[in-house]
Amino acid sequence: MSLSTQEAVRENKGAAAPQKYLLEVDSVRKEFPGVVALDDVNLRIRPGTVHALMGENGAGKSTLMKIIAGIYQPDRGEVRLSGKQVHMTTPLDALEQGVAMIHQELNLMPFMTIAENIWIRREPLTKLGFVDHKALRDNTKKLFDRLNINLDPETEVRDLSIANRQMVEIAKAISYESDVLIMDEPTSALTDREVEHLFQIIASLKAEGKGIVYITHKMDEVFEIADDVSVFRDGKYIGTDLASNLDSDQLIRMMVGREITQMFPKEEVPIGDVVLSVKDLCLDGVFENVNFDLRAGEILGVAGLVGSGRTNVAETIYGVTPATGGSISVFGETVEIKTPAEAMGHGMALLTEDRKDTGLFMMLDIQENMQIALLSQDHVKAGFVAESAVSKLCTEMSEALRVKTPGMNERIENLSGGNQQKVLIGRWLLTKPRILILDEPTRGIDVGAKAEIHKLITKLAGEGVAVLMISSEMPEVLGMSDRVMVMHEGHVTGILDRAEADQVSVMRLASN
Amino acid sequence: MANATDVAETNAPARKLPVEANIFLVLIGIAVFFEILGWIVKGDTFLFNPQRLLIMVLQVSIIGLLAIGVTQVIITGGIDLSSGSVLALSAMVAASFAQTSDYTRAVFPMFTDMPFLVPVLAGIAVGALAGFINGSLIAYTAIPPFIATLGMMVTARGLARYYTKGQPISLLSEEYMWLGSGTIPVIIFLMAAFIFHIALRFTRYGKFTYATGANVQAAKVSGINVGRHLIKVYTLAGLLAGLGGVVAAARAGSGQAGMGLAYELDAIAAAVIGGTSLAGGVGRITGTVIGTIILGTMMSGFTFLGIDAYIQDIVKGGIIVAAVVADQYRQRKRAKV
Ligand SMILES: Nc1ncnc2c1ncn2[C@@H]1O[C@H](COP(=O)(O)OP(=O)(O)OP(=O)(O)O)[C@@H](O)[C@H]1O
Ligand SMILES: [Mg+2]
Repeated sequence: MSLSTQEAVRENKGAAAPQKYLLEVDSVRKEFPGVVALDDVNLRIRPGTVHALMGENGAGKSTLMKIIAGIYQPDRGEVRLSGKQVHMTTPLDALEQGVAMIHQELNLMPFMTIAENIWIRREPLTKLGFVDHKALRDNTKKLFDRLNINLDPETEVRDLSIANRQMVEIAKAISYESDVLIMDEPTSALTDREVEHLFQIIASLKAEGKGIVYITHKMDEVFEIADDVSVFRDGKYIGTDLASNLDSDQLIRMMVGREITQMFPKEEVPIGDVVLSVKDLCLDGVFENVNFDLRAGEILGVAGLVGSGRTNVAETIYGVTPATGGSISVFGETVEIKTPAEAMGHGMALLTEDRKDTGLFMMLDIQENMQIALLSQDHVKAGFVAESAVSKLCTEMSEALRVKTPGMNERIENLSGGNQQKVLIGRWLLTKPRILILDEPTRGIDVGAKAEIHKLITKLAGEGVAVLMISSEMPEVLGMSDRVMVMHEGHVTGILDRAEADQVSVMRLASN
Repeated sequence: MANATDVAETNAPARKLPVEANIFLVLIGIAVFFEILGWIVKGDTFLFNPQRLLIMVLQVSIIGLLAIGVTQVIITGGIDLSSGSVLALSAMVAASFAQTSDYTRAVFPMFTDMPFLVPVLAGIAVGALAGFINGSLIAYTAIPPFIATLGMMVTARGLARYYTKGQPISLLSEEYMWLGSGTIPVIIFLMAAFIFHIALRFTRYGKFTYATGANVQAAKVSGINVGRHLIKVYTLAGLLAGLGGVVAAARAGSGQAGMGLAYELDAIAAAVIGGTSLAGGVGRITGTVIGTIILGTMMSGFTFLGIDAYIQDIVKGGIIVAAVVADQYRQRKRAKV
């Protein structure tokens, strides 16, 4: 590509050129055992801009960001901040030199308060050297006021929803007042309202002349906030352009190197009998009187803002937090579900929202992560796991889902976020559920793979699986669902048919 | 250019050896160290003495049995402090059913001259019961493993003393004492190691054990009945401690309430030296066996060199700390690569 920012890049190569970039990455290479994560990549961040970094799952985006943030060391190449070459060997180093990062996965301490989390290792001290709790609270208040965040600094993080935890992570990163701010998929856990909020924050950071690296798989976001866009594919740098020069098809082509056919391949499939019927379901203090029927072959989308209780409803049906009232029937029979094991016994599967907390076994390998739910059902004889059969199933599944990895015995920790998500989806598909509950199924999954997963969900529905799909992505909910159930503050505010569900009608019910 | 040492570090061998390989090297290192010191100090070989090699493993076989149990407990993210005391209680119970009728003051005069299996099963059952209680407390009350097993540690020791008001139980049958003779304890230890190695690697029990330790929440959501599984793991750990008690009494020719004092710590040390991570989710029986033999080698080595028992403890403490530091280092390196 011969485009303006690239020309600017070239100009800058002249020895005496004025410093134009906050951050420059030159021919950085990084290998992991069996994988070249980055192969001579470049990046230039201009001050006062948002630079979107795009690419498929496993393209190397997070790896490069971790290098810039001092977590990994590059094998080769250099990183310059404001024209000066830097060696950052720890995240602390990077923070001191003006680079802060919001990680793809949440990293807060659940048993500490919001304020303690934000100022960790920088706590204001009293004269005697104790933590000055008042200053801690005041500083947090000030920060939150500036960012328009409405949370009590004294709340313990474990009491926050995932979206609010993400907002705390964002506030924490901003509190470092760094010049370069890296955001690795900050919106994957946010609903539209918080996304809007985040964009306002980003706009004000831009106005202050900061450079923001923004990683996302959501196209609309890119065109809304990005000034520049860089694309990586398979660890290689593909190119950089102004967002205004691109459209979404061009961008997708750059990312995947091929055309993506259809984003939400909704197919009309025969809808069967009621499979799951929920009546007046309650969980004290969280949600009340939830009623719906789910039929074989149907995809019931669940929309709502953060804190509307969507995830809680899913977890209650699945027995993670047993109901305090109401009834659930499966295939016409009233059942009492007190544990996930019982739910699985009734043919259910739940893909949870927070993959790090309730999904992944970080120390274990891909196969061990994928097979675990299957093992409570089948493929065990006299206690022994039928290793070859299971391993074959897992390998096939990970090929079908295109998990990018050097092998099935790679630790899942080493996979990119989107690929971890695919493994978890595989875990549940292997159990051949009759009722599939998906909580943010495509969180962190790239456009290409997203289309694949949507196709897969559609196919399952075609085979008569009943799907309950919670999603904060409006196009996904609207595109995939036969009906959309909308929740607001623990109540179902409406169930819309496919024909009547659109952005406006859903938002109206969601915000009530 | 990136700085050279970093490059060297991150480009290190593409395929990592299993953790056991490192531990095995440590074992070899320690053995060679004593061999060299042996020649310098005593002008004698340390390693090339079959008798000593046997004793090296023999004296830690019982600790090894406990270590196999505690390894599994630690993999689930727990800890078992009760194994030494449970060993003592089991030894007492087993011994009380193994006495010969020659003895006029037997604990159970009507149960003398019992077939060999009776004391063995009694000892094992007592251990399993103690483990079952540990597991149930941990699974169904909010008591953390540290506290639950600490309670059992004190209680079981108390029961062992109370059983005969502190009197040792002696004059055991020949048949029973065979279990403690010659290489039998070593064989029992290695067989138990083999069985549980297989169990951890190839059975559902093993897969669930690792999953529980790696992420309890995810394990529950994946349909594992975590409470029931923990009970299994602690019961098996108790059973192994019971077996340890049976062998200990047979080897000593008597049951004594003070047996196995502080063995739980050696067992934990063996597991940790062998690469079991106290954070849960990681560990192997092969590592634990090597860890156990490292403890044995050190004991033999110090005795061979005539080093004072107190100094032995000081060095042992250092090695345990070093093993935990190495574990931390491995974890951090894993996180950073
Ligand atoms: N610590 C590691 N050890 C081994 N391989 C790794 C490690 N970290 C990343 N990789 C590999 O490097 C590649 C790039 O991963 P990276 O996390 O940068 O992808 P990404 O572009 O952020 O993807 P996603 O959109 O899914 O988050 C992947 O193939 C991944 O498996
Ligand atoms: Mg990533």
